[in-house]
Amino acid sequence: MTDIAPTPTGAAVFADDGYVAPRGIWSAVKRFFVRQPVGMIGIVLVAIFGIAGITADWIAPYNPTSNDFAAMTEAPSWAHWLGTDQLGRDILSRILFGARTAFIVGMTSAVVGGFSGLVLGVGSAYFGGRVDLLLQRILDIVMSFPLIIMALAVVSIFGTGVQNVIIAITIPLIPRCARVVRSSALAIREVPYVDAARALGYSHSRIILNHMVPNVVAPFLIMLTSFVGQAILAEASLSYLGLGVQEPVAAWGLMLQGGAEEYASTAPWIAIFPGLAIMLTVFGINLFGDALRDELDPKMRER
Amino acid sequence: MHRYIVSRLLLVIPTLLGAAALVFILMRLIPGDICLVRLGSGGTTFSTQALAACHAEIGIDKPWLLQFWNFLWGLARGDFGISMWSGKPVIQEIATRFPISLEVAVMATLIAISIAIPLGTISALKQNSWIDLAVRTFSIAGIATPAFWLGIISILLVLDVSQAITGHPWMPSIDYVPIWKDPVRNLSIVMLPAITVGYRYAAVSMRMTRSAMLEVLREDYIRTARAKGLLEKIVINRHALKNALLPVVTVIGIEFAFLIGGLVVTEQVFNLNGIGRLMVQAVQNQDYTLTQALVMLTVTLAVLSNLVVDLFYAWLDPRIRLR
Amino acid sequence: MHLVMRLAIAGAALVLGAGLGQADTPKHGGTLTYMIPSDAPPSLDGHRETTYATIHTAAPFYSVLIRINPENPSSTTDFVCDLCTAMPQPTDDGKTYTFKILSGVKFHDGSPLTAYDVAKSWQEIMFPDEGLLSPRQANFMMVDKVEATDATTVVFHLKYATTAFLPALADPFAWIYEKAILDKDPHWYEKNIMGSGPFKFAGYEIGQSIKGVRNPDYYHAGLPYLDGFIGIFAAKQATRIDALRADRAAIEFRGFPPSARDELVGALGDKIAVQESDWNCGSVVTINEKVKPFDDVRVRRALTLAIDRWGSAPALSKIADVKTVGSIVFPGSPLAPNKDELTSIAGFGADIEKSRAEAKRLLKEAGQENLTFELLNRAVDQPYKFVGIWAVDDWSKIGVKATQKVLPTGPWFEAERSGNFAVDLQANCHSVVNPLIDVQPYLPTSVSEQNYGNYEDPEEMDLYNKALHEIDPAKQHAAMFQFTKHVMDTQAHKVMMAWWYRIVPYRSYLKGWKISPSHYINQDLATIWLDQ
Repeated sequence: MTDIAPTPTGAAVFADDGYVAPRGIWSAVKRFFVRQPVGMIGIVLVAIFGIAGITADWIAPYNPTSNDFAAMTEAPSWAHWLGTDQLGRDILSRILFGARTAFIVGMTSAVVGGFSGLVLGVGSAYFGGRVDLLLQRILDIVMSFPLIIMALAVVSIFGTGVQNVIIAITIPLIPRCARVVRSSALAIREVPYVDAARALGYSHSRIILNHMVPNVVAPFLIMLTSFVGQAILAEASLSYLGLGVQEPVAAWGLMLQGGAEEYASTAPWIAIFPGLAIMLTVFGINLFGDALRDELDPKMRER
Repeated sequence: MHRYIVSRLLLVIPTLLGAAALVFILMRLIPGDICLVRLGSGGTTFSTQALAACHAEIGIDKPWLLQFWNFLWGLARGDFGISMWSGKPVIQEIATRFPISLEVAVMATLIAISIAIPLGTISALKQNSWIDLAVRTFSIAGIATPAFWLGIISILLVLDVSQAITGHPWMPSIDYVPIWKDPVRNLSIVMLPAITVGYRYAAVSMRMTRSAMLEVLREDYIRTARAKGLLEKIVINRHALKNALLPVVTVIGIEFAFLIGGLVVTEQVFNLNGIGRLMVQAVQNQDYTLTQALVMLTVTLAVLSNLVVDLFYAWLDPRIRLR
Repeated sequence: MHLVMRLAIAGAALVLGAGLGQADTPKHGGTLTYMIPSDAPPSLDGHRETTYATIHTAAPFYSVLIRINPENPSSTTDFVCDLCTAMPQPTDDGKTYTFKILSGVKFHDGSPLTAYDVAKSWQEIMFPDEGLLSPRQANFMMVDKVEATDATTVVFHLKYATTAFLPALADPFAWIYEKAILDKDPHWYEKNIMGSGPFKFAGYEIGQSIKGVRNPDYYHAGLPYLDGFIGIFAAKQATRIDALRADRAAIEFRGFPPSARDELVGALGDKIAVQESDWNCGSVVTINEKVKPFDDVRVRRALTLAIDRWGSAPALSKIADVKTVGSIVFPGSPLAPNKDELTSIAGFGADIEKSRAEAKRLLKEAGQENLTFELLNRAVDQPYKFVGIWAVDDWSKIGVKATQKVLPTGPWFEAERSGNFAVDLQANCHSVVNPLIDVQPYLPTSVSEQNYGNYEDPEEMDLYNKALHEIDPAKQHAAMFQFTKHVMDTQAHKVMMAWWYRIVPYRSYLKGWKISPSHYINQDLATIWLDQ
């Protein structure tokens, strides 16, 4: 499923069984700024689009959904910096509002998928035995299931729209996160002090929250970051297949569907700018994610 | 080892059964059915009587449990049934499309390997140099670019550039032929899709190669080899690369299994009559038998490739068997 | 600027092309490659299917009894024989039609084609056996029976005289099959091809291509011109445009949106010829009258009054394949209202501001000033989504908030049929223009189950029956207008948006093909030749 979603094994890159000791958040952030200049470029890129999405209502020159049949497929000009699309809508405005949609879809899918995976992964590792066996089989099924069919089915059952697109994108993220979290958590479970904590009669939740979760935070955060980018790409692919967000909502993937191919040679700006927006945003997210990995991975840090 | 193999094999069964149940239910949860699509796709309306005739013809008026049983029983006998849409055996439908997807997947893999391994290795050896930076940028860009967008732009470029040069716009043939019948025409059709898929694929493998290589280079035996004054070239080729390649090959192997069913968007962009496009058609036509067969095919491929990898690792590392 | 000039040149080429088609002497030979704008059709059996994908795949292999004149396919009344010897005059007060079948016609397997084959094929279409699918059966409600009285004579007996019969009989799906095969297996033709048409079957790669070669024994002398053809399936529009641009294919017969025409003409100038026509597909909004407040005629009238047809349709026609403003009757038909009649219908007046003021007044009167609803639409770009965007935008101008709910084909039909919607954008597409049959989806629900509006209206039925049974052209036109006005204005059951517009750009070396109001008709490729 390389197109629609994320590679099945991509996550393996982030798997890391080393134990990371928790430390102060602010000092970590400060250290990150100094040590990862490339990551900063990523943050800046993401921030630009993020701020654009938040402030779109004030900074967008036009209403992103209002048609203007007098100004169809106009080339970039002072009136329309990035030109207009086939319905005469201002592309810049649609990209600004599209940033909002992209981040809503990306963040929601990543957070929901990530945290569901975290709960399942840690739970599976901690309880082990039958719970683990059963959960692993269910995750196996979802992992091996062709995602396109899952996405097509979700959209066909519930209809297209932002929420359903988020559902379709989130489902396949869960098992991939659970896998990685589980293996990190398993490593810590076998550490003697967890047994000791159990022997002392600590509650499940205390052991999980105080000892297992902190240990999986690093791979989890790295994965969460990459999920945001993957979700934005998945939304674009679904939209391309006509199964994503629906008109007239401003969304990058949607802007590439229909119009982009139909007008690619006569009005290339319709195809180019939304594609660039997707690329730059995901690029920024991945730069940040890489830096985060380098920073959180103790082996990398020692160099 | 034998016990491990048997237990891993047994675990495959619930996965397959679960996937079968999942696709069976999912497909039937979609409102409407194949007869509505078949009768309505002409854009016109139709009568209830015609609809009932169609239902009876296809047999979807039978109870779900019976249909599910027939599906499982068919699977057990290796009989995938008849496509509800075309009336042809599902095996035949898949056999027509499989070679195209397989070919693109193989070529994309070759492209990915030939880019990813050298670049990933150099990138790791010259960590934090400008080469490393360039390679990583190239690789992150590959992951960040929507594959279909790349496809659209590249098709357009080929048309525009060829028109600018020769005056006549050119594009590859649209009538697919197998490679053994007309290799030149075949390759001209498959090349662009393989490159667009291969780039993304290379980007993923390149990152994997780089991080695996970095890890290996930190190992003691490499340090020892270097300390012993062995030529850098020998250290890299004989020791580092060999060990670093193991996880890379694993990734490539698993990705490959997924790729065959995962070319959906690419096949759409390039109008290739492959498995991925067939999947989309099957779901949109609400062709239960065909979708079920395609899902079982891709699930089996995925499960088997995982199994092979697991067994391979178990063979390498006896500790895994005991877990 | 260049584009405009090139378009002008192409426009000239269009006119010239049509003229030259007559003057040039057709050349024999060559293989035509054309694009089929779909994925693999469900089956290859025209008697079973409703999609053009089946027609574009298999029509060149088959003969029909009668058809629209291939030399004059834009006509809605010019019917000619294919397998018969002469168009019959009805006898028995217009209730009996007797056709003489051409002698010496052979199926591709060598067996002779007789009146028994023709009668059996029609029998299967009009009166299918229990459990056999025949989606156009309802078009033949006026037929009592069909029989072959001898090997060269087929007789159709009607229940009543009506002008709707001949157009229905010219159905492009009504391929003539061999009786012996049908008797043995009525499903045989779903997976196999064996006809008597201009081309013989030469290969079918499912989802990929269909191939045919010249039938040397074809009964229309000198035809076909081509040695053979290859049809390539490509559901995606961009692929088809690219293929035309790079000359990998010469034509796609269904129709492109205007942007594609402009792109091709812009890139290739006079190497591309273009033919355009009104399309027998109406874009229509169906209102579910079981859902409140749409049981209130004032609300329905407000919805149709809000649409700026004269203003928006021309603009939309630059980007979508819709163009002509019209009633529920195909604009090119003698039964369609003339301009004065049309502008007297609510929402079709020249002054849109006046219409919208009236719409707002009606909504206020009905207590629905803040009306919000979901517009059900189909997940197909052209023209569904475009027309949907247009409707939503125009409704917003009378303060109505509508959002689109877009579903793939199967779930979309299911929502329509189960009444699980408030307002729905549909297309009403037909092949041969036959207004009396084509308006069936607008008849009350108890009469036409294809009407998803869920209403009863006896008065509407009376008006329809008057038009159906009227034979005198002028009186029939008047009766049809009364019916039309009732549906679109008095009761505002349906909101007509605009008619589809068919644009076929193709390589200009392709000659001998003429556009028609339907992508279903005139597809046997017999008259096409290549000027190369």
